[in-house]
Amino acid sequence: MSSIHEGEHDATNAYQSLSETTAQDDPRWAFGTGFADVEAEISAAVPAGVDPADLAAYCQMLGDDVLVYSQRLAEWVANAPELEEEVALANIALDLLGQARVLLARAGHVEGAGRDEDVLAYLRDQAEFRNVALAEQSDDLDFARCVARLLVFSTWRLALLQRLLGSADPVVAAVAAKGVKELTYHRDYAARWILRLGDGTAESHRRAQAALEWVWPYLGELFRTSVEERRLVAAGVAVDPADTRDEVDGVLDQVLRQATLTRPDLRPTGTVGGRGGRQGLHTERLGLVLAELQSVARAHPGATW
Amino acid sequence: MTATDARSPEAYAREFQATIDADQRIEPRDWMPEAYRKTLIRQIAQHAHSEIIGMQPEGTWITRAPSLRRKAILLAKVQDEAGHGMYLYAAAETLGVDREELTELLVSARQKYSSIFNYPALSYADVGVIGWLVDGAAICNQVPLCRCSYGPYARAMVRICKEESFHQRQGFELLLAMCHGTAAQREMVQESVNRWWWPSLMMFGPADGDSPNTQQSMEWGIKRHTNDELRQRFVDMSVPQAEALGITLPDPDLRWNAERGAHDFGEPDWSEFQAVITGAGPANAQRLAHRRRAHENGAWVREAARAYADKRAKAVSA
Repeated sequence: MSSIHEGEHDATNAYQSLSETTAQDDPRWAFGTGFADVEAEISAAVPAGVDPADLAAYCQMLGDDVLVYSQRLAEWVANAPELEEEVALANIALDLLGQARVLLARAGHVEGAGRDEDVLAYLRDQAEFRNVALAEQSDDLDFARCVARLLVFSTWRLALLQRLLGSADPVVAAVAAKGVKELTYHRDYAARWILRLGDGTAESHRRAQAALEWVWPYLGELFRTSVEERRLVAAGVAVDPADTRDEVDGVLDQVLRQATLTRPDLRPTGTVGGRGGRQGLHTERLGLVLAELQSVARAHPGATW
Repeated sequence: MTATDARSPEAYAREFQATIDADQRIEPRDWMPEAYRKTLIRQIAQHAHSEIIGMQPEGTWITRAPSLRRKAILLAKVQDEAGHGMYLYAAAETLGVDREELTELLVSARQKYSSIFNYPALSYADVGVIGWLVDGAAICNQVPLCRCSYGPYARAMVRICKEESFHQRQGFELLLAMCHGTAAQREMVQESVNRWWWPSLMMFGPADGDSPNTQQSMEWGIKRHTNDELRQRFVDMSVPQAEALGITLPDPDLRWNAERGAHDFGEPDWSEFQAVITGAGPANAQRLAHRRRAHENGAWVREAARAYADKRAKAVSA
């Protein structure tokens, strides 16, 4: 039987902390960003030779992918199969939301029209969003779909961010530096679950294979290069997503093989007159995501929270 | 204590009570009366269930949070609640039950959770008010548990109380921002406080005269203060905070009593309390159905994980 330590009284002084002055500069008030050093760089000059409109568009592409996907992951709160998965999925959603905040703040800054992260997130209509279709799909709270999409998304984004570590834009480079560590964990988490589901029970194998077939048609868009990206590659800011294809395929093939799953042979979803998510042309799902995401903010124009 | 220990059951019981009376901790391998073990399992499990069910009312607002900063704060908070559930189930497991078993008791409605979560969260102000009042009341109840006689529970509570007090301040800070905002935001806060104030007072349980288990729990060092003492402390703590927000607490009988050095306040509607704790509150059925659905939808996933782990174990031993 252990005795109560002398110092333990201090550890339990929750009442005392309640009466402490609210410290607005406590970094935990903005928990989930963790980008303190990046905040200072958001106002950094646009790199020489770069069109600010292209950079703003690129930051929106990278930012919208994770804003919208984070929103989908947050739907899992209080719905996960186990508490460990509650914590992990919320953690992944928080990491991605943190990336989105910095990228949208940078997009707003270089655009120069006075739009901040919240104006961009809450007051744009769907045609102004530049995320890929993969991010906006509903997984209908099917855990197999959840981890199948996470495997594809995190493998692709990790490959992108690894190539963006040396981006000429300091904010993109800083997001990449932090994001590589985060996405490495996300990909590992997803791969472990794909192994368990693929090589678990007959039922989980069937569900995992079906989930791959659900996610696969959205893969093609990830490697299409937009005109803004093409120009920014030349300026040393962006990476050509087409260059990540081999790496992404290699990783996915390796995980699927080990999980005893079959790579689907399905054609990618088509575009409308050559336009897709990067050009603001979305699936029917995004309108519903934004209706929910923006509902409270739009009901209170001019309010601060 | 081992099987060869020849002391009588009475000697064990005396030693147990002496440990408690000396304000020392009971640890998992120590002898304890069966009733003490049962009471603790029930209390810790209910506490764990409350954390998990408590994710629902706030969780429903994550996807609608009106700024990205608020979204991050809320997501992190609800994630913490899942974490608290995990520590508490782990503390209960030291008493010889397992999480799966306790989850079954929850989803089959054989164990309870805090009744406060049987109220609906109807506006974004509710996110702030749940943080301020509900977490505030929870802290009043829980801080004394950091000195609870059962070691694993007490240690889990130290960590949980620290995080809860941070959540309470975040809730208050949201309300402060809203109260400094538009007229519609201030009205939203007042409307929310009007709904949550009385249920928050009910979180301390029935009046002392109607709380049959309090005496035994106090003798066992599981409980340190009576329901009414904690309720008084909560009211006294909340009044100046409400003034700082510029909102009115919905109790015409609330006033400072200089003689007592405490606030006098009105009586909660105990018939509403009875209805909620017996299953007929506004959201009881919804909360339980949600938890049951999530648990059932996850059954094939947990099975797959077990099957995979078994295959790995066989592969290693082969």
